[in-house]
Amino acid sequence: MNLSRIVITGVGLTAPNGNSLGEFRANLLAGKAGIEWKDVRYMGRLLAGVCHYDPLKYQKKKEIRVGTRAGSISIWCAHEALADSRIDFAPFPKDRVGIYIGCTEHGNVETENEIYAISKFNYDTKYWSHYHNPRTVANNPAGETSLSLGVTGPAYTIGAACAAGNLGLIHAAQMLRLGEVDLALCGGVSESIHTFGIFAGFKSQGALATNEDPLKASRPFDKARNGIVVSEGGCLYTLERLDDALARGAKIYAEIAGYGVNSDASDYVLPNPVRQAECVRKSIANAGLKAADIHIVNTHATATPLGDIQECEAIRSVFGEGCPDTHINNTKSFIGHCMGAAGALELAGNLPSFDDLVVHPTINVDNLDPACALPGLVLNVPVKALKVDTILNNSFGMLGINSTLIVKRFMA
Amino acid sequence: MTHEECKKVVLDIIADIAPDEDLSNVKPEVRLRDQLQLDSMDFLDIVMELRKRHSIEVPEADYGRLASLDSCAEYLTPKFNALAAKS
Repeated sequence: MNLSRIVITGVGLTAPNGNSLGEFRANLLAGKAGIEWKDVRYMGRLLAGVCHYDPLKYQKKKEIRVGTRAGSISIWCAHEALADSRIDFAPFPKDRVGIYIGCTEHGNVETENEIYAISKFNYDTKYWSHYHNPRTVANNPAGETSLSLGVTGPAYTIGAACAAGNLGLIHAAQMLRLGEVDLALCGGVSESIHTFGIFAGFKSQGALATNEDPLKASRPFDKARNGIVVSEGGCLYTLERLDDALARGAKIYAEIAGYGVNSDASDYVLPNPVRQAECVRKSIANAGLKAADIHIVNTHATATPLGDIQECEAIRSVFGEGCPDTHINNTKSFIGHCMGAAGALELAGNLPSFDDLVVHPTINVDNLDPACALPGLVLNVPVKALKVDTILNNSFGMLGINSTLIVKRFMA
Repeated sequence: MTHEECKKVVLDIIADIAPDEDLSNVKPEVRLRDQLQLDSMDFLDIVMELRKRHSIEVPEADYGRLASLDSCAEYLTPKFNALAAKS
């Protein structure tokens, strides 16, 4: 099958430590994390990754009031990605644009807010907001983005737990190859820090990070890691078929090389390293590569005691000792777990490595857990690589959804 | 409550639900939708805020009475005064 080549031509993002790719990347290389204290309803002060973009750049106050935080983040990222791509968007046929946004969940924030609001009125549902349904439908972030941009092509979300960010890109590449659209805005978003439920859920699981120093709280692979830092964020890309990108003289960040998606089919929450390894191998085969051809592996590791070990087991089984050019890193150590945005954001943080050949580190590793020791693991300070032609990005989620995306340096 | 005070209550609500609008020159006799960017959901917001903030109920059949500031004042002022008389 002769598939169209798909390329990334624009990046728009907001992360807890940066609101543009340049700022985000600079902080990843400088070791600057972006975790802070946040008051969470019913629970008090907790650690969270909070984004500080200016929503009024692309939204009216009323749109912010009526819409959701996930919608706002999506709108920010979509506008930023389009601006970065330098596509002449005004005359672009809007029915040929697709919006594909990965979400871990959507609607919890708005439902919790409404229940809290009616609790002040003795739970009388006549005080329930008429905005509840448009705010909580699963396609909300994509729908709000379509309204903001006037996009009349397909706009929907992809629910894939914390594997969703990668799925946004993968699905977009598939739609472009099918000829369903000519331009895709894709990636993932999360508004998770605005729901107490996700914090309470992780706490009940014994999987919520605690630390006196917020900047040291997210520490995958460290012996003292004690759980997840919940974060919000978003990252959307413009994806195009290569021929279209070349025809307009676009800057090309990377080419989609291959991907793998599978399911553990083994547990609600516990990851399965055998299936994770299968997913990684599937992506490498899909890209027509060998493990030794992968130069950066960006791990999913969320800093849970068991999850990190299991992903390391999966990575060890694929890459072993015979991949001297493979570097391994982790972005959650800087920004916490951005849930549905994680895969897309973490890929973005590594894209500049094609230009500067620098691999950002995994920070906060004061005592490496021997069970997480991997050849090529980049600890605490960036390293200069001999070559970076491929980046493999892992994102895994609850109910055993696994996604691995590989991008490669664009070469004509 | 006077009609003018009632109009102020409605304008305060509109200021919150339509924060981008300039409310300094709203003509009381002109339909709100003809001079402000308000849609049907915004009118439901006005109804909801009257309920939440002032315990004023506006039945669906009477939504048309909220068309302009003048009609709001005419319709709502007796409700406010009846409520005040009860309490």
